[in-house]
Amino acid sequence: MSGVPLDRREVVARILARRGETLVVTGLGSTTWDAAAAGDHPNNFYLWGGMGGAAMVGLGLANAQPGRRVLTITGDGEMLMGLAGLATIGVSGPSNLAIVVIDNERYGETGMQETHTAHGVDLAAVAAGAGFAAAATLRTMEEVDSWVPRLLGEPGPLFAAVKVGTGPAPMALPLRDGAAIRARFRAAVLGDRAQE
Amino acid sequence: MEDWPDAVFGVLNDAGVRQVCYVPDNGHRRLIERCHADNAMLTTRLTGEEEGVAALTGAWLGGDKGVLLMQSSGVGKCINMMGIVQECRVPLLMLVTMRGQWGEFNPWQVPMGRATAPALEAAGVLVHEVDDAARVAETVHAAARLAFDAYRPVAVLIGQRVVGFKDWTK
Repeated sequence: MSGVPLDRREVVARILARRGETLVVTGLGSTTWDAAAAGDHPNNFYLWGGMGGAAMVGLGLANAQPGRRVLTITGDGEMLMGLAGLATIGVSGPSNLAIVVIDNERYGETGMQETHTAHGVDLAAVAAGAGFAAAATLRTMEEVDSWVPRLLGEPGPLFAAVKVGTGPAPMALPLRDGAAIRARFRAAVLGDRAQE
Repeated sequence: MEDWPDAVFGVLNDAGVRQVCYVPDNGHRRLIERCHADNAMLTTRLTGEEEGVAALTGAWLGGDKGVLLMQSSGVGKCINMMGIVQECRVPLLMLVTMRGQWGEFNPWQVPMGRATAPALEAAGVLVHEVDDAARVAETVHAAARLAFDAYRPVAVLIGQRVVGFKDWTK
């Protein structure tokens, strides 16, 4: 890989700038901060726990809301902890789900130790092997730009791992109270039905 | 008399359960078959039980009620994910068939079987244990109310006395 590595905040902001009404689930750690930095939104469900669960929360949501686009944005360490979930998603096969892994090859919240993707594990190959409709590893902003419309509109499930640098990003924290995040999200998605 | 899995299927239907996440288990075989055969239910086969806790969180966020079908061996894998449903006050209904108790022949099943209820309770899950086939459906009915109306994680532990044990000599 040549040139300056991608900045995670720029990548997430670039994707979310075109989100429209997309429902977004973020994974424990840096991708939750990335989404907050890109701008808070009631259609965002921020995970602050349950490491390894972000893709599966996306699956349950996509199956409940087949008419809506669902995008899970998570990190490589979080995805690795729930790697088998890719097999479950491949078999379930929701056409409205996309998963983006912001892959800095590090556990960013615990001291930047290397993850398995720093040692050759290819997450996009796993997703392709699990039966995703399309899967790729993206290394340039041009590739990201060409994939954003696919992630937000093409029949899925879709998977993209975006290789980013390891530079520090300023802290950006969204809502932290899980019940409040859940209530706000359900009200945004379900309207009056959220009170059931 | 109607078999308990058929009665439980009826209870789940009446409760409005739509998403059924499961790891296969012999004790749940008939219930899983009934759910698969019902076009109004969306079944998701999991590779591991903890996936179901996360998936049913997403289901609830999108307005679906769900149920997680599993064997007691899988409970240990779910514990950290319980942080999501506790913190977000997401309803979670789990139907757990027990191993490692009544008539168990496999000693390796005993430790997790003994730890199932205490582990769930330590993680904040409300536990209903049922050892009588005639009472399974009413217990699931009560658990579904507690889960979906009181927004709580609830596990029904269906005893090995109900499920039956394997005759390992055959």
